[in-house]
Amino acid sequence: MIHAAFLMFLLPLAGFVVLALGGRRLGDPLAGWVGTGAVAGSFVVACITYAGLLKMPSSGRSFDQTLFTWIPVGGLNVKAALLIDPLSMTMALFVTGVSTLIHLYSIGYMKGDKDFPKFFLYMNLFVASMLMLVLGDNLLFTFVGWEGVGVCSYWLIAYWFGRPTAASAGKKAFLYNRLADVGFLVAVFLVFDKTGTLQYHGIFAHASSIDPAARTAICLLLFVAAVGKSAQLPLFPWLADAMEGPTPVSALIHAATMVTAGVFLMCRINPLLGLSHPAQLVVASIGAVTALVAATIGCAQQDIKKVLAYSTVSQLGYMFLAAGTGAYEAAIFLMVAHAFFKAELFLGAGSVIHGLDNEQDLKRMGNLRRWLPLTFATFVFGWLAIAGIPPLSGFWAKGDVLDNAYARFPVLWFVGLVTAALTAYYMTRLSALAFFGDDRWRQVLQAPAGDHDAHPHEAPWVMAWPLVVLAVLSLAGGVLLLPWHPGWSPLRWLDPVFGSRLFDAHLSGTAQWVLGVVDSLVALVGLAVALPLWARQPERPELEPAMLQRSYYLDDIYDAVIGRPGQALARFSLVVVDNQVIDGAVNGIGRLARNSGSIMRRLQTGFVRQYALGIALGAAGLLVFMAARAWA
Amino acid sequence: MTSVLAVAGHLALPKIAYLSIMPVLILLGGAGAMLAVSAVWPRRLPASTTTSLTVGVALAALVASLVQWGDIRHSGPHVAIAGAVVQDGFSALISVLVTSAVFLTALVADSWQRRHPSGWGPELQVLMLVSAAGAVVMGEANDLIVVFLGLEIMSIALYVLAAFDHRRQQSGEAGLKYFVLGSFSSAVFVYGIALVYGATGTTDLPQITDYLARNILLHDGLLLAGLALLLVGFAFKVAAVPFHLWTPDVYQGAPTPVTGFMAAVAKAGGFAALLRVFISSFGVLRTDWQPAVWVLALLTLTLGAVVALVQRDIKRMLAYSSINHAGFVLLGVQAATTRGVEAALYYLFVYSFMVIGSFAVITLVAGPGDDDHDLERYRGLARRSPLLALALTTMLLAQAGIPFTTGFLAKLEVVSASVGARSTALAVIAMVTAAIAGFFYLRVVLLMYAAPAEAGAGAPGYGDGADLLLAGTEAGSSSMAPSAGADEQAGPGGTLTLSATRTPVASWEVPEAPAAVAIALCVGVTVLFGLWPAPLTGFAHLARLIIP
Repeated sequence: MIHAAFLMFLLPLAGFVVLALGGRRLGDPLAGWVGTGAVAGSFVVACITYAGLLKMPSSGRSFDQTLFTWIPVGGLNVKAALLIDPLSMTMALFVTGVSTLIHLYSIGYMKGDKDFPKFFLYMNLFVASMLMLVLGDNLLFTFVGWEGVGVCSYWLIAYWFGRPTAASAGKKAFLYNRLADVGFLVAVFLVFDKTGTLQYHGIFAHASSIDPAARTAICLLLFVAAVGKSAQLPLFPWLADAMEGPTPVSALIHAATMVTAGVFLMCRINPLLGLSHPAQLVVASIGAVTALVAATIGCAQQDIKKVLAYSTVSQLGYMFLAAGTGAYEAAIFLMVAHAFFKAELFLGAGSVIHGLDNEQDLKRMGNLRRWLPLTFATFVFGWLAIAGIPPLSGFWAKGDVLDNAYARFPVLWFVGLVTAALTAYYMTRLSALAFFGDDRWRQVLQAPAGDHDAHPHEAPWVMAWPLVVLAVLSLAGGVLLLPWHPGWSPLRWLDPVFGSRLFDAHLSGTAQWVLGVVDSLVALVGLAVALPLWARQPERPELEPAMLQRSYYLDDIYDAVIGRPGQALARFSLVVVDNQVIDGAVNGIGRLARNSGSIMRRLQTGFVRQYALGIALGAAGLLVFMAARAWA
Repeated sequence: MTSVLAVAGHLALPKIAYLSIMPVLILLGGAGAMLAVSAVWPRRLPASTTTSLTVGVALAALVASLVQWGDIRHSGPHVAIAGAVVQDGFSALISVLVTSAVFLTALVADSWQRRHPSGWGPELQVLMLVSAAGAVVMGEANDLIVVFLGLEIMSIALYVLAAFDHRRQQSGEAGLKYFVLGSFSSAVFVYGIALVYGATGTTDLPQITDYLARNILLHDGLLLAGLALLLVGFAFKVAAVPFHLWTPDVYQGAPTPVTGFMAAVAKAGGFAALLRVFISSFGVLRTDWQPAVWVLALLTLTLGAVVALVQRDIKRMLAYSSINHAGFVLLGVQAATTRGVEAALYYLFVYSFMVIGSFAVITLVAGPGDDDHDLERYRGLARRSPLLALALTTMLLAQAGIPFTTGFLAKLEVVSASVGARSTALAVIAMVTAAIAGFFYLRVVLLMYAAPAEAGAGAPGYGDGADLLLAGTEAGSSSMAPSAGADEQAGPGGTLTLSATRTPVASWEVPEAPAAVAIALCVGVTVLFGLWPAPLTGFAHLARLIIP
């Protein structure tokens, strides 16, 4: 059963090929069903592989599946191989599962788009790349997936490239990611230099023999890449702009899967990271600070998707906090739970946007619970889950992260706790503005002539079903994963990868209870403050300072510090360096080559006698040389 | 009576291991059968029949080569037929290469024959099969005489093939030039064999190796002179400078599919024998011949790349480019190491697909009569036939050595083999010529994706902007050949070619199926094994020679 694992990423790849060759012919909606089918098949394969893995003893649940030898050059021997172990399978399961739901949703959401097949083409390629990233058996294979998801993300953000904002958002995402990817590449070189292999098992076998400075450097370089991909400080501005892409893209790529790749990478290299205390401290601190900063920005945004984007950044911060703390299982737990509830929130937001003719401004919504009851009912679960209200999945997952932080880095725990309050606050603000209050959307939806009652409509069933499934998962996803019974501990199954016990094991039962109660209280306070505040009155400028609305002016700062000098440098390079120095040199060499070519071609007279003379002279030359050798 | 029998008893016939010459037998048998059938058949054989027969024969020979490969993998390298031929990975690889080349060229030639209908029977295909048989013999020859035999079988068929297009004067001229010069170089080659025999007392390659290993020659002048003359013969076949002068005229004049075949097969055969004779048999003398090959490689690399820059005819341009490629393979020869042989074989193998594919596209793009190959014809090709343009782009980029094509690894391997053999200077020069070569490949690519020339616009310049400088050439290279056809074609400023682009030509809008299959295969091999090099590098790795 496990031997079919390669089908996991081959199926979406096949879907991509089919759509690339015949997508236009399949058209709308058949292309969407083909794409969805490919990903659903991949999910089935993932389930089968998972079942196969469960049957094995827990110590043997890790093996390589070599597809072919990819690069055999000198000492570097890279195989295209999959690493099937609990971590990669957890990732593969939720990636394919959530992808299937979002593909299904997209069939409804993207209906009528002029490039409908192209959308699914990119989505399938994305899923294939993402699976390559998580299933890769070596750093290089992971890197190919890493770049693959990056380029798909670029294409999909700039999907409506006719809009200048979408085009520039795509470019921005690409540049931020490329900048960070330099870290990945340097880390790959460093790893190869220190260990002579790129395979994870090989690297980890050398983990303790690499000198500490190099180990920290490797971890931090990979963290640089993770900071870009997972939108952490200081590279997070691209994720807010990435909301220019279609909403399913935001849900899949910029909330549930791709942006978690950085966290996955940190968890994957846990044997290295665990040995480097400085790197752990950096990862945890950046995570906690990002969580807080992004949460504050989320409190003041007006665009429904931007609030969700900053909330994603903030939640990713929590995950890095967990990874830096050494609580990798908590990081993965939050990642999975977050994939459920954030996908739910994005798809719910997509349903709202769909119902309101592409209106994204929260201030122009209101009272939608009356008109979109199903969307509201499902959205509530996502909202309460991310706010951390027990017993929804967010409460358990976030609680896990905070407990571990409390045990290891109490200061960061406090930062996380404040963030938790803010999270409950801004999510309640969003829900209040969208679903409660007055029917402010009436200024958006103009009643068509003869119809007095224009109002938002619920989405078709292909969009509704994923909402229901995700709502159930947001509710139950956390409870199901708790160790209710000694024989049932889904998170423990990651132990073969992470080894260590969680830090919260050191806490007494009482302390755990107290922490849980504190978490819930904080969440309830945030909720209780925000709901009356924003349901009644949507305009409260005193609570939305410009600094937060402009996300601490980070974009302006980057523009002034990097953008403008960069452009000036580029202009200088073009005018002086390129046009004069380089073109001069190239043209000079070109002229030289051409002139000598013109001279040399005179040899080519076309006369056989002269060609024969050439041969004779050549032969004579060789004979003279050999004679010289013989008598030397 | 008894005495006759007794004499016959002394004529000990060698045991014939038929597997060792099976590809040759299939190729020659197929050729003979086709000739016989066409002679007794009441009507002329249609092109589809001859093509199918040739493809069948080529595939059978290919399978036989693979069987040989399996046999060699199983029971190790060995000699056969009284030591006349050797069976090793090296010979099997050359067999596979040559038979694949026949297969692909047969498909391309089908399209060529359809667009130039005339009274031809299966002669083109028959000659091609015979020539390929010669090349296979060169790959497995274990005796200088057998090398010569293969060389002549291959070359004589090629002379006729070059002159095959009897309606074009250029083709006849090409055949004649190739024949005269080829005979000249063959004579030199045979004289070389004689000298080597005089010095060592044998023409059998392992015995020569053995002899050189046991004896230290005090006066090796005779042997070295023989070596020099052998080198002349090989260098002529592989078109190494200064023995290359025939190449541009012959490549241009020969029918286009034949040009591709010649570039792939004649080079493969020539290099195969060169590698075996020089590296395996005369390996101990490498300090004597390496400097000579060093100079040949240097001249070949540079001249090929530089003169290609100023060509206006794509076939001539690719002729010079093939000279440049020969220089790269010479890097592997010059290294004279296992790595070098491996790299040279890999290079030959992947180059044959690139060059056959390129000339296949040229066959399809060429105007009626197969005589208009001016680069200007390629302007805006991407608009007219995007797939052809894409295929040619891939082939040219591969020839330029762009990563993710087989061409990249081929260049990388020979250059690193050269560096490994401490010929760093030569390796650096090779890289520089690769950079120069990039210009003329990219020039064609740019032309194909440039906007079509406005009808009635002034004399056509190549490309635009920075490209102009390299591309702008004088009247056209074909005027170098004093043939009437060539002169006529290269009117000053290209007025004639301009009118050619204006004339709507319907026949090459849709590539014919067989040639399209061949092109797709070549592109497929080039890209697939560029992305996934392991199988081919593994093949070349196992095909190495024994080096003393």
